[in-house]
Amino acid sequence: MQQQDYISQIHRCFRCGYCKFPTDYSSLNCPTYRRFRFDTYSTGGRLWLIYAWLKGEIEWSEHLAEILYTCTTCKNCTEQCPMKFAPDIVDWIVGARSDMVEKGRIPPRVAHFFEAVYGYGNPLKLLRSDRAAWAKGTKMYTPGDQYLLYVGCLGSYDENGQKMARSLVDVFNAAGVSFGILGSDEECCGNEVYMLGEMGLFQTLVEKNSQKFKELGVKKIITICPHGYNVMKNRYPASGANFEIYHYSQLLNDLIEKDKIKPSRIEAKVTYQDPCFLGRYNNVYEEPRQVLRSIPGLELLEMKRNRADASCCGGGSGNFVMDLLAGSDESPARVRVREAYDTGADTLAVACPSCLTMFTDAVKTEDLDGKLAVKDISQIVRESLPAKKR
Amino acid sequence: MSDVYEALVNIVGKDYASNHREERYFYGRDPGLMTPHEADYAVMPRTTEEVQEIVKLANREKVPIVPKGAGLALTGLVIPLKGGIVIDMKRMDKILEVNESARYVVVEGGVSQGALREYLKEHHPNLRHSVPEAPPITTIAANVVIHGQGRLTNQYGFNSDMVNGLEVVLPTGEICKIGSCSVGPYWFSKGPPLPDLSGLFLGWLGTTGILTKVGLKLYPKKKIKDLEVFVTDKEDLVPDIIFKITHTEMVEDLAIWAQERPLMFRGNYHINIFITADSEDELELKRKMVYDSVQEYVDSKDAGFMTINLDMKRDFMDNPQKSMTAFADVRRGGGFEYAGPIIPMELYPECARKVAELAIKYRVVYGGSGRVIHGGHCMMFSFAYTFNRADLDEMGRARRALHEAAEFVADKGGVLWKPNIDEQKIMMERMDPNTLKLMTDIKKLLDPNGIMNPGNWEAS
Repeated sequence: MQQQDYISQIHRCFRCGYCKFPTDYSSLNCPTYRRFRFDTYSTGGRLWLIYAWLKGEIEWSEHLAEILYTCTTCKNCTEQCPMKFAPDIVDWIVGARSDMVEKGRIPPRVAHFFEAVYGYGNPLKLLRSDRAAWAKGTKMYTPGDQYLLYVGCLGSYDENGQKMARSLVDVFNAAGVSFGILGSDEECCGNEVYMLGEMGLFQTLVEKNSQKFKELGVKKIITICPHGYNVMKNRYPASGANFEIYHYSQLLNDLIEKDKIKPSRIEAKVTYQDPCFLGRYNNVYEEPRQVLRSIPGLELLEMKRNRADASCCGGGSGNFVMDLLAGSDESPARVRVREAYDTGADTLAVACPSCLTMFTDAVKTEDLDGKLAVKDISQIVRESLPAKKR
Repeated sequence: MSDVYEALVNIVGKDYASNHREERYFYGRDPGLMTPHEADYAVMPRTTEEVQEIVKLANREKVPIVPKGAGLALTGLVIPLKGGIVIDMKRMDKILEVNESARYVVVEGGVSQGALREYLKEHHPNLRHSVPEAPPITTIAANVVIHGQGRLTNQYGFNSDMVNGLEVVLPTGEICKIGSCSVGPYWFSKGPPLPDLSGLFLGWLGTTGILTKVGLKLYPKKKIKDLEVFVTDKEDLVPDIIFKITHTEMVEDLAIWAQERPLMFRGNYHINIFITADSEDELELKRKMVYDSVQEYVDSKDAGFMTINLDMKRDFMDNPQKSMTAFADVRRGGGFEYAGPIIPMELYPECARKVAELAIKYRVVYGGSGRVIHGGHCMMFSFAYTFNRADLDEMGRARRALHEAAEFVADKGGVLWKPNIDEQKIMMERMDPNTLKLMTDIKKLLDPNGIMNPGNWEAS
């Protein structure tokens, strides 16, 4: 999307408000509108304000930037908008953010995000040399390995993400998967940098990562994080980086179908959160569910809002670090864990480290600790493996 | 004025009061063609008591207040013409009670049409309310305040006729109950056998009070629904066709539409006939009665039933009809507005010709649709024009087309629905002077400080 494109199109939003809902109208499904409730925080409000800013009817302000950057780019609006331009809405938001970045008019927390990625290769501002601290004994990628396991920033540094990465490595090892990781050579994937509108930094990250992958002869990449899956699958090819990209849940499903993983019985009631960048962005809805259903004794309970109607955890567009939507019982992750608990599930299964960390915090805030466990699918699969296999 | 902001924060909390330029800008306009005017504050109360405190504050400070639902009437009714506080009611979103046997619901003043539709579907699947074709974020309260219509309007009248009671914060801050709920716990009547005071608030466009609760009639939800589309290229026949179909008393809803795009529809007048039933036998009987009622037009080859594909049928059966919103993007421009006068059926042919004539004159794209009200006593006719929000010239032409349509219909004896301030003047100029005086006196009595949505229903 060229910036000029969004400038010439953005006035087309009528702000009818369909984007506030899921397919039915039983609840509010735009995470920022539900959190803040002023219409300015809905997609229509945001687009109208951007248009006003472009026309010079309103000046830039910190509040305007905050409204723009609270959008998690979850794509619910795209899913529900009745207009022909629906597929372009997120691009318009990203285009406006890109303009703000170029003008240097962005919220401090967004600026810190970029600085951290630029300086440290991750948004958490943690040392590059510690990127593989979680990975004791995990094989580094060498030419000839079938897959590169791209761990991502949360998988590398975040306490919950690290648990996820370790589980996945154990499961892959148990299944005899040929893979390796990049360790401290890994760099941020750039999905959030793109969504936040820093196109120069994004391009740098694409080039660095692609170069590294090519040097090592990588052909197939498994990502832990749907955000990385999305950007490598859909954005990297524009820069000539064409690799086969898989989300780990797809590979797990494949391994189970081929009997390379044979889960044993787990008595659990589990509900599943569709990550935005796996579901709405890439239409991957069934594989994670098939993995869960393959586990004997596990009962899969659906939340009312699921698949394309799934409610965002609030972590998209870097909010898993910046958390611009925090501070309310209507914060997206808190809303969602209440919904998960209401299904009668004892476990909320996720397939994304962002969801994992957002929901782990929300469960504590909602006083659901001990009542609702938050686990990544790979953790559940690992628990289902016979002890000698782990 | 910063004291007003602080006071609003004290009432609703910091998260739900704003004096930021962005909210003032956004809450100063709607998607239609009326000139915007910035709000000074936007506020989102959660309870009736918070609304009451805001109204008391506005009276103390002599600051205008404008209650707002989704702001999708399109005629500028929630534009704060004199600034002040826009009260976005959508946080008052609780569905408070459903009485199944008496078939009514009580909702807070910000409950959306979509939320009620889904709530009933899940918890009371045998009941329904009259859902308008407007987007689902529009609110029950705002819809009845403007005398809105919905899918059950042919059977039961304006949606405001379906009101079963109100809780209102008066312009002076008192909380007042209207109807049976004023004397007991039930919300089964908005007035009878008491004096019907709901008329002090319905149709007044938020100038006489703020609805914080609405009791609304619910109706049986039939198990089966179907649609037939009857088409003629002779607009003069439409009133008689409607008369004959409504005589059967077999149809749920009757909507008439004509539009120039796609081209296949040009020059034809389509009557959507919605039929509902609890069994296939009932459906067949109703369908046969409808067929029989218009057989003479089929025989004379003046009209016929149109074959519609499944996608189109699904679109029409959808309620609200989501695809209707896409009319705003016909010009790839994000805008449409309609003048929707209420007219006797006999004026349909003239209006149908006029909507197309004005489109040519002002070089805008039109849609002309109508909805039969209460078995044919009258209908809403929509002069709808789409425009490109980035094209000021086209916006001006669309506005002039709408204004001319309003003048035309008013001269013919129609009554302008949800009129913008210019159309309100057209109505008041033609109104019986004693009627206008009564309206003015009532308004002054209820709102002595003139703070309620000022600029609307103001006689010059």
